Amino acid sequence: MTEEEIKKTVFQLLQRIAPETDPSRLMPEENIREALNIDSFDALQFIVAISEKLNVEIPEEDYGKTISLKSLLAYLDKKVNG
Amino acid sequence: MIKFQMPNLGADMEAGTLVEWRKQPGEFLNRGDIIADVETQKGLIEIEVFDEGTLETLLVKEGEKVPVGTVLALINDGKGEAKVSEIPSGEIQKPEVHPIEDRIEKPELQSTERIKISPLARKIAEANRVDISLLKGTGPEGSIVKEDVEKAISEGKKPIQQTEKEIGERKETSEKPSGPAYDAIRMAVAAAMSKSNREIPHYYLEKRMDMSKAMDWMKEANKERPVQKRLLPVALLIKAVAKALDEVPDLNATWENGLQRKNEINIGFVVSLRSGGIVVPAILQADSKTVDEIMETINDIIPRARAFKLRSSELSQSTFTITSIGEGGADKVFGLIYPPQVGIVGFGEISEQPFAEDGMLGIRPVVDVTLAADHRATDGLIGSRFLAALNKHLQNPEQL
Repeated sequence: MTEEEIKKTVFQLLQRIAPETDPSRLMPEENIREALNIDSFDALQFIVAISEKLNVEIPEEDYGKTISLKSLLAYLDKKVNG
Repeated sequence: MIKFQMPNLGADMEAGTLVEWRKQPGEFLNRGDIIADVETQKGLIEIEVFDEGTLETLLVKEGEKVPVGTVLALINDGKGEAKVSEIPSGEIQKPEVHPIEDRIEKPELQSTERIKISPLARKIAEANRVDISLLKGTGPEGSIVKEDVEKAISEGKKPIQQTEKEIGERKETSEKPSGPAYDAIRMAVAAAMSKSNREIPHYYLEKRMDMSKAMDWMKEANKERPVQKRLLPVALLIKAVAKALDEVPDLNATWENGLQRKNEINIGFVVSLRSGGIVVPAILQADSKTVDEIMETINDIIPRARAFKLRSSELSQSTFTITSIGEGGADKVFGLIYPPQVGIVGFGEISEQPFAEDGMLGIRPVVDVTLAADHRATDGLIGSRFLAALNKHLQNPEQL
């Protein structure tokens, strides 16, 4: 899976959770949850959805690596493509 | 024979529209069966029955909007005499009557004729400066109800007499329910919170609680779980509150002509909607659920609350309320009690703070917990005992 495909999946899932937002306008270093106004419950739903969609295991201690778009995409790329 | 009534699904509800009968005459009803769908300001609600018997007669047609307390159907329970179906929480309220207020708060009317309007509708109209003499009432005997005022407000505060055609159109649209408009939710919150602030003398207490044991326990528990089964801190908080209420039952109660303790501990959980406003579904019998079962309930109930697909028991049977700010939010939240309940607990963000214990200062995850309670029902000592009990349970997460 290319980096671009991962990005597209992330955007789709974020938009499902925050339908009135445009995740593609997120800045790379921005805090995703703050920018899109995502609460703790929806944040967990996002982690569930992305693990299922990309078939990766995201342990709780790695949640810190999923805060900004830049770190999340790097983390997922590593998980998916090794 | 049992008279099945339009239930009251919250302090702010005056009427509901019967959208669909899910059972037909002749069918046998078991306790908990869904008998009908009713549209309220909080969306399309599945209405459950609390009696067993055969559905005898339907008295209200689909599409009809009727006030709370209207008999919707007769259920034959094998006993002759007609009695009113009792909803266990006993939260059915009689419509408010404020004869004295009506006399004092005389609206400035052009005509001398007295306008029939419900007290709640009058309050909303006054708050929004709607001239009620221009409104056409759709309530009993042509009285103006909340919906009439809200409609006038949503139409740009310029209430005009409706033509017959418009009334027809309105009826037609009411038969095609969808999610409630943002305005309706806002007005429902406004009505309930105005009532709370007007009638309930709140007292407030606050306690800072060390969350290190609870968070450590949760992190360990989550390590062994697939992501779908992971816990959020709020599941622990809900269970700890339920256990504390079991120890301090005066807070698991309503104030209706005196303190009425409730047998079940049903925790109302404030869910914010992305479009604004809140919905407060109940986690039923939270004290007898495990932390995992509470988390499963949350996973089920939050998406349904946001999609306005709740059951009547989930909207009407809360006995106490929790509001939780969650990560990245405010440090403290001071709640307003949801009437006729007598308490609400507020959890701020769990954050790392300097915390002193046994003469040592350390950095720990800490939460500031507030309690707002009804001073008619309890005194500060009871509230303080509740917070102490809650803290004790959070220090023993493995026993939750």
